[in-house]
Amino acid sequence: MSLTRAKDRVNDFVIKIATVNGTGSASANGLLLKSIFRSGVPVVGKNYFPSNIQGLPTWYEIRVTREAHRARSGRVDLMVALNPETYARDLKDVVSGGFFIYDSTWPRPALEKRDDVTVLGVPLARLCNENFEGVRTRILMKNICYAGVLAALCSIDLGVMRGLLGETYAKKPKLVDSNMKAIQLGYDYARANFECPLGLRVEKMDATRGHVMIDGNTAAALGCVYAGATVGAWYPITPSTSLMDAYKGFCQKLRVDPATGRKKFLMIQAEDELASIGMVIGASWNGARAFTATSGPGISLMQEFLGLAYYAEVPAVVFDVQRVGPSTGMPTRTQQGDLHSAAYASHGDTRQVCLYPSSPEECFEFAVTAFDLAERLQTPVLVLSDLDIGMNDWMCPEFRWDDAYRPDRGKVLDADQLAKIDRFWRYYDHDADGIPYRTLPGVAAKGAYFARGSGHNQYGGYTEDSTEYQIVVDRLRKKWMTAAHLVPQAVIEPAEQTTDIAVVSVGSGDAAVREALARLRANGLHIDYMRVRAFPFGEEVQRFLAAHRLNFVVEQNRDAQLRTLLMMETAVERTRLRSILHYNGMPMPASYVTEGILAVIAPDRPAARLVG
Amino acid sequence: MTFMSKPKVAHPDLPRNALGLTRRDYEGANSTLCAGCGHDSITAAIIEACWANAVEPHTVVKLSGIGCSSKTTAYFLSGAHGFNSVHGRMPSIATGANAANRTLNYIGVSGDGDTLSIGLGQFCHAIRRNLNMVYIIENNGVYGLTKGQFSASADIGSKAKRGEVNRQPPIDPVQLAITLGASFVARSFSGDKAQLVPLLRAAMRHNGFALIDVISPCVTFNDHEGSTRSYAYAREHSEEAVHADFVPFASEIAVDYADGAAQTVTLHDGSRIVLRKVDADYDPSDPGVALDAIQQRMRRGEVLTGLLHIGQDAEDIHALGATPDTPLNAIAYESLSPGGDALRRVLESFR
Repeated sequence: MSLTRAKDRVNDFVIKIATVNGTGSASANGLLLKSIFRSGVPVVGKNYFPSNIQGLPTWYEIRVTREAHRARSGRVDLMVALNPETYARDLKDVVSGGFFIYDSTWPRPALEKRDDVTVLGVPLARLCNENFEGVRTRILMKNICYAGVLAALCSIDLGVMRGLLGETYAKKPKLVDSNMKAIQLGYDYARANFECPLGLRVEKMDATRGHVMIDGNTAAALGCVYAGATVGAWYPITPSTSLMDAYKGFCQKLRVDPATGRKKFLMIQAEDELASIGMVIGASWNGARAFTATSGPGISLMQEFLGLAYYAEVPAVVFDVQRVGPSTGMPTRTQQGDLHSAAYASHGDTRQVCLYPSSPEECFEFAVTAFDLAERLQTPVLVLSDLDIGMNDWMCPEFRWDDAYRPDRGKVLDADQLAKIDRFWRYYDHDADGIPYRTLPGVAAKGAYFARGSGHNQYGGYTEDSTEYQIVVDRLRKKWMTAAHLVPQAVIEPAEQTTDIAVVSVGSGDAAVREALARLRANGLHIDYMRVRAFPFGEEVQRFLAAHRLNFVVEQNRDAQLRTLLMMETAVERTRLRSILHYNGMPMPASYVTEGILAVIAPDRPAARLVG
Repeated sequence: MTFMSKPKVAHPDLPRNALGLTRRDYEGANSTLCAGCGHDSITAAIIEACWANAVEPHTVVKLSGIGCSSKTTAYFLSGAHGFNSVHGRMPSIATGANAANRTLNYIGVSGDGDTLSIGLGQFCHAIRRNLNMVYIIENNGVYGLTKGQFSASADIGSKAKRGEVNRQPPIDPVQLAITLGASFVARSFSGDKAQLVPLLRAAMRHNGFALIDVISPCVTFNDHEGSTRSYAYAREHSEEAVHADFVPFASEIAVDYADGAAQTVTLHDGSRIVLRKVDADYDPSDPGVALDAIQQRMRRGEVLTGLLHIGQDAEDIHALGATPDTPLNAIAYESLSPGGDALRRVLESFR
């Protein structure tokens, strides 16, 4: 069969695999992703999975991108459709000139109705039934067999695949053989029946050296280990759970005393998020670096305690891996919907320090930053990533670690320092930076104070006195100003040519925005770029916004939460801020940003007419 | 409450404990509770117990939630750190604090509203984790600060100050704690210092979760005729099942227990609790016996007090988590960070 319609897209195409949740396809997808990565070709992997254990449709998207883009593409060049339930819509998703592979053990002539798509039938089930025994094995092997088909069609190196399997199943070599056998079956069938490879193919490059494929939750967990965190308390919730699992995994390798078996960390699975944040606050108050990981519903439940920690000035680190809200929402889809509920978490005049990582490498870096800031500022720090960063594997520059790093424990008085002072006043602004001194329990009676969420004066005593109350909350405002100088600054990237148009993004939106800006630049449209990385905003944010006539604020929620924060917390006029909002739960593709910008600045020039 | 401030001057002849400290050294700020409040008697008992146990004030951590009872942690041990947290959530703060430093003495004070309504979940889970702390419930059957609503511990038939009668069954923290596997469960009465002080002393030395539910009448909202939490009712209807005498390590048992109903429990630090049972058949180590006896008395409108259950030591979070003896908050960073070389090795598996 000749595949002449195949457009030549070497190292620049998207494979999407449609399967049924719980049938073992995750290992084949991971294998394909890593095989391409190991061939030196940059990849993006996105998992679209249901909130379900077994039976519902699930998809995995592999974008092969020689330009090393990090966003989802949005297009599908080659669909591997293994779930009959979704055949119809999967076929619809394929671009004109693309390919559609399905299990032709049960032929479906109806799938041939699109004449601009090449439909390739591979009898995966029959191949596996003839070569493997046992129902479960046959299903699992069918879901690895397609990796072989793709290896043949897209020219993915079988030797690399075998190597990866060998590492994965180092302790079960039999599994290497059976998996390889299934892969070979698919490979041989494709070679025998189709003209291989297609125009969509992988050619070895050297563009992944010095990089790793890692997800943000794993990276954040690693950051917690390196920050010296010892107490982790959490309540399981998608998509944050894997952060705690990864922390446990790393600690069991890296934090266990080989001589005694004692573990230099303690994880507590709490009864709910109210308890998990309470435990973090209790442990941090008592001098341990403690953290929790949660998602939107957990942030809602933690509001009261976050207000206490703000007002009583207790460090706490919270990872909020955002998912689609409101309410339970779509737990396995991504969104940036917690910007507001995190920034002003709790009743009364509260404001919380937030960090917005845009990638796994920043999850690693900001995990460490979060602990330093929480202790320096004696306040909660919320690290807001999202499901896309947290649970998908991203190609990242290898993380580096400076062995000279020492934690910033902030202003903590020890027994010797206490002995030298006359009296200890917990909430007194000695240094005029709004940050008081604190003491830890068990150190000295002189340092004893009463932490409370009720009104207190600057000496640490209970108060209902108006003036005394205001002195403390005004100092907290001053501390907030100090925080604006300590948090990570916005990343600002001026265009090659002077412009009064800019794009502002936050978090995972960075990937799509960068790709969109690169495409616009290639078409002669130059736009400045700023990515905010923390709340409170530094002065650079205000300056940047004010310097542009038009700032596109690109974010992944319906209500323009970042834009609202910028309007409230900077002096910029709202007319200078224009939203591009993507909130359907899928990671934002670059084309969405490009179209949103062009619709305003060049309405006569639709995105389709751009080159590149 | 009193508006006089107490000078921190001790008379030279005041008795001193093994640390050379007087009872004054274990006091706190002035109480702001109503005159005659049962809670103030409990505060006095805590001061007495800490002094008698010769615990260093700064090694104690005082924890509470919200309510009249939760205010009292400010009224004892001014040399100890205190944390007055949010309503019903003290157990989670205590859990975290204990996780960070296993060597300190954690004393939590809560009320019946704080523990049995808004905080019931956290209370149960603290027991389930066998959190090493003393948990005192100052139980008066009403919400005081919001002016006299029934709490979840109010008995059926108990009458509120304005005449309303409670029709809902009470949640009994003692039965609950025994059911959940707590290894030290006691009930006392704020007016019975002779019973309460040794219970507190033993509870502080007990390794694991120690609950003391203390009937503590609210003089303003629940001390009237028809209330089952009044001073009069508590005095008339309480009966001690097991009296606990606390004998510190290395002391001789001086009291003579001629009735043969005495039983000694040795605590992990070598201290002992000598139990004097009123009824020789009562076995405080058997949760079934304890529950049966408590329920029988309850049906008759009576309250059984004393050390009602003392069980086997269970593993706490540190035992289960195999943490080092050194508190987690005292481990040097150098021994927590795996270092740059280890990071490179870790990242190898992500290629």
